[in-house]
Amino acid sequence: MSRIQATFDKLKQQQRKALIPFITAGDPSLQLTVPLMHGLVEAGADVLELGVPFSDPMADGPTIQRASERALKHGMSLRGVLAMVAEFRTQDATTPVVLMGYGNPIEAMGWEVFAKRCAEVGVDGVLTVDFPPEESHDAFEHLQAHGIDPIFLLAPTTNDARIQQVAKLARGYVYYVSLKGVTGAGNLDLSAIEQKLPQLRKHIKLPIGVGFGIRDAATALAVAKLCDGVVVGSRIVQEIEDSTEQSVVGNVSKLVKELRLAVDKA
Amino acid sequence: MQSKQMYNYPDSTGHFGQFGGTYMAETLIPAVEELSREYLRYRDDPEFKAEFAYELKHYVGRPSPVYHAKRLSESLGGAQIYLKREDLNHTGAHKINNAIGQALLAKRMGKKRVIAETGAGMHGVATATVAARFGMECIVYMGAEDIQRQAANVFRMKLLGATVVPVESGSRTLKDACNEAIRDWVTNVESTFYIFGTAAGPHPYPMMVRDFQCVIGNEAKVQMPEMIGRQPDAVIACVGGGSNAIGLFYPYIEEKNVQIIGVEAGGHGIASGKHAAPLTANAKVGVLHGNKVYLIQDENGQIIETHSISAGLDYPGVGPEHCLLKDMGRAQYVAINDDEALAAFDALCRFEGIIPALESSHAIAHAIKIAPTMSKDKALLVNLSGRGDKDMNTVATLKGITL
Repeated sequence: MSRIQATFDKLKQQQRKALIPFITAGDPSLQLTVPLMHGLVEAGADVLELGVPFSDPMADGPTIQRASERALKHGMSLRGVLAMVAEFRTQDATTPVVLMGYGNPIEAMGWEVFAKRCAEVGVDGVLTVDFPPEESHDAFEHLQAHGIDPIFLLAPTTNDARIQQVAKLARGYVYYVSLKGVTGAGNLDLSAIEQKLPQLRKHIKLPIGVGFGIRDAATALAVAKLCDGVVVGSRIVQEIEDSTEQSVVGNVSKLVKELRLAVDKA
Repeated sequence: MQSKQMYNYPDSTGHFGQFGGTYMAETLIPAVEELSREYLRYRDDPEFKAEFAYELKHYVGRPSPVYHAKRLSESLGGAQIYLKREDLNHTGAHKINNAIGQALLAKRMGKKRVIAETGAGMHGVATATVAARFGMECIVYMGAEDIQRQAANVFRMKLLGATVVPVESGSRTLKDACNEAIRDWVTNVESTFYIFGTAAGPHPYPMMVRDFQCVIGNEAKVQMPEMIGRQPDAVIACVGGGSNAIGLFYPYIEEKNVQIIGVEAGGHGIASGKHAAPLTANAKVGVLHGNKVYLIQDENGQIIETHSISAGLDYPGVGPEHCLLKDMGRAQYVAINDDEALAAFDALCRFEGIIPALESSHAIAHAIKIAPTMSKDKALLVNLSGRGDKDMNTVATLKGITL
């Protein structure tokens, strides 16, 4: 059984919702990413989404754009991200790690090599923002061959036919983009999420995580009530930006503990 | 060589061989699917076609003439150079052809808000113009660096009622303006039509922009026989994203005797690494802005900042159909450096009394380069895609003059 499935199974037994924080690899520095990952787990994260920085992050708002720029300035690369996951795995064999980013760095490495390296270092899932199911055939063949879960996005604009298409291809969990907009946007609409989820559940049997626009304990709790997992990205990345290198692990842990408490009330 | 029956791209999923496609975030996929459906519905609709033709004739001023650059040709002593005068269009460049087409489609789709990216500002001006013409709200994204280079066009867009949003992220040029326009679209997907400026991006844009720009080549195919009794020996156009080029080239693809030459921005030279010539420099295939194309990138798949004297060519990718035409060997792609483009700019000013855009100057420079190697009875048709009024500040600065 995959780490992602094992994690969601366990949470289901405990009647708890998953907390899925996102950080950009290499932000605030190359040295701090692995300590941050461990800090997130200790503070209560169930699954880690590790952002692979890209020069042109079209789906991201300003906060994650700046994190990508900082990480690239530090020399972060896809190869480097994979090495970080390997280092993380020396001390954590159970927490699922999902790489999230854009397709081109993977295209440059080649999907076959990438999938093989993912399996070697202990990556569990891959979410490629700009590779929808119709362009993913070759890519995901290689991921599947190495037991890596392709994680797909669904959006408020996704119609029934597309939901069914994603239901066929997706593994691990499905990531529902809660709003029309970029990461970190301020226009979260809870009633719209509540209305959309039954349509998704009709076809999607995997756990559904919801992200984009979740910025505090209150919104985390409200969203957690509706789905199986809450993804928090920009808010955490903002905390990283606002911290010093000395305070960053502590500050992020404190924030994630608050989110954990909130999600556990759901 | 491909026959007409054989050359039929893109396929139904928007691919030009391995290139093109729909590499977009999920939120926008339904929007591009809707756009495909609506475009295919109106593409052959007689009423749509008639309205497009009417606007091109009465608003844009088409057909644009073909002009024999006699003095320039004589000075070179070789092949005769002919210019397709897209610079005489309303708003001063070929961009208006596509902007009108997309605005007519937006109108039929009930979209009242249009957005656009712009590099040199010509597509921004064209979009602002058609938005005013059809009574639509218009937002133009433009790199902060380009806003500096193209101040006159920024003022022009504002006069036309558009909001110009400076983009400060990344390299602060055309690719970053694209990123920001995509972010706007994903946020306002239901109300907004993205008038994309070049023959690239997610399907159906490369096909749709090509179709709207094909008026250039279709006219030329009638005009050249009228002027010289036959088609030219070569058609030449500058290639950034490649919309003016594909507009001229596409109708000539089955004309086996006509050589097709795309001219990329060589910047400081291919060897310097400071250029915007993915095809000439044999860049690797990659994915950016919704399509798979040859893309200037580093070994880690990060997009590298490009350089060109001309903001309109300063882009790391190129349209997918050009990638295919290169691979098929049907078109040849070459690069012209900044200084060669500037020399061509001067030559056209002095010999013909025509001030060309710096983008178009690249195509002229290549004609100037090859004409002397050809006999006097050969004919080169160069797409003069835009006029140079917008480049006065850039050229003055390069000559050390303050206006």
